[in-house]
Amino acid sequence: MILSEQKPFEEILGYLDGEKSVFILGCDGCAQSSGSGGPVQVEEMKTKLEEAGKKVTGTKVIDFLCEKALVKSGLRGRVDQVAAADSILVMTCGIGIQAVAASVNKVCHPACNTVNLGGSRGEWRGSERCQECGQCLLDYTGGICPITACTKSLVSGACGGASNGKCELSPERDCGWELIYNRLKSKGQLDKLKVFIDPLDHNKLMARPEMLATSRYALEQSDKEVKT
Amino acid sequence: MSLQSKLESGKFVITCEVGPLKGTDIHEVEENAELLKGKVDAANVTDQQSSVMRLGSLVTSQILIQKGLEPIYQTVCRDRNRIALQSDLLSAWVMGIKNVLAITGDLPQLGDHPEAKAVYDLDSVTLLQTISKLNNGTDINGNELQGKPSFFPGAVVKVESDTEASMELQIAKLERKIAAGARFIQTQAVYDADSFAKFMKRVEKFNVPILAGVIPLKSAGMARYMNNNVAGVMVPDELIQQMTDATEKAATGIQIAADLIKQLKPLCQGVHIMAIGWEKRVPEIIQAAGL
Ligand code: SF4
Ligand code: SF4
Repeated sequence: MILSEQKPFEEILGYLDGEKSVFILGCDGCAQSSGSGGPVQVEEMKTKLEEAGKKVTGTKVIDFLCEKALVKSGLRGRVDQVAAADSILVMTCGIGIQAVAASVNKVCHPACNTVNLGGSRGEWRGSERCQECGQCLLDYTGGICPITACTKSLVSGACGGASNGKCELSPERDCGWELIYNRLKSKGQLDKLKVFIDPLDHNKLMARPEMLATSRYALEQSDKEVKT
Repeated sequence: MSLQSKLESGKFVITCEVGPLKGTDIHEVEENAELLKGKVDAANVTDQQSSVMRLGSLVTSQILIQKGLEPIYQTVCRDRNRIALQSDLLSAWVMGIKNVLAITGDLPQLGDHPEAKAVYDLDSVTLLQTISKLNNGTDINGNELQGKPSFFPGAVVKVESDTEASMELQIAKLERKIAAGARFIQTQAVYDADSFAKFMKRVEKFNVPILAGVIPLKSAGMARYMNNNVAGVMVPDELIQQMTDATEKAATGIQIAADLIKQLKPLCQGVHIMAIGWEKRVPEIIQAAGL
């Protein structure tokens, strides 16, 4: 799951400056559940662009814009509408926009910003977050993640910034280390506060090399078959 | 006598704060150093305090040395990763800086560059461990140094906490800071000698010199602002009332600070006066406190 949100309309209009016509592409996957590029938002965008004097040559919402094969098959019946447009406005996450730009030989404008998941794995209701640090510390912290619950991701305990149990960042955010303290106390584990934790290994926080986009990335290979 | 030898021989010390300004004009820093030398034992040089970008604490510490005032080089973990922190520490030693105060640092969101990337590669405890390693002749990863420093590391603690969790976390972290190598402690501003005495009871077992923080009040508004916005500062209502009633605000603020220092002196091994723009009045406060 990827979270995205629509860019301000002014910014989108700026991208379309000097262009007369546009084709709008939405996504029925994550952008639909993010409320940034599903069928509803595509229709709203069409109306707003027309009010702003742009000609919308057509719209289409495809199941997963991140899948290049689906982009191509989804646009098969719309070739004329796409060809008639100066550009395509893509209303989805950064991967979807890149997949469309790679699949269609047209200028593609992003209509959305892809935002940080904050370790939430998308539209998750619980308060638990994981930043995939590759060195899980939950044994020392009563099962509350210090990387995501503490704004500074401190491993050695609280900074001095908390007021009334809230983080120095904002009164809306609990101090993660105070949550950890209360949890440790309730589990009879306060001695864990004496443990020294090593500074994080930031290599482990980065994507593993085999996960990075390279010419050898397996999914890219399979994609070659549909490329024309 | 240096800060370290004074503290180690059990003497009472006075430290204060010199804050670098935003820009390259160092006149005020030089003037303040001139005025404070001989009156205080050492001066903290703040590092991008409140996350506001200014002249660096490394070069400002060196200016103090040139002016004959011993610096306490403050270094925060917010802006530099472990490579830069260690390198700056080696530079500091070469420049003649002995005292280092290790601080985690406020979030960038509180300052004038809220868009900045916060680093926090190390925190106050792991930075102190790193300083201890440098003192022992290796870097954080155990690689040998050619020529090693002999820093006198310090750390900070909050005396007043508004929740049990915050209080206990402060004490637990203080214990870890000391185990990691902190050899003196400066506290956040204290306004209530009784609650400071209680705090001292809890930490006396750590056997590390503690310098009580003092911020002279300039107005009732300033006191209320700190109560609402500065974590760990609690100015009691009577003091706020005294400031409200005072006709001579400055004189009253200085008198309150001096009285406080007299009450704190028997409880700890020093005071740390954070004058926040009133650096030039620090000698007056010291005199009024009878130090
Ligand atoms: S400590 Fe690391 S692995 Fe464990 S929950 Fe937090 S981010 Fe995830
Ligand atoms: S106030 Fe608490 S949550 Fe916020 S940075 Fe400090 S320790 Fe972390």
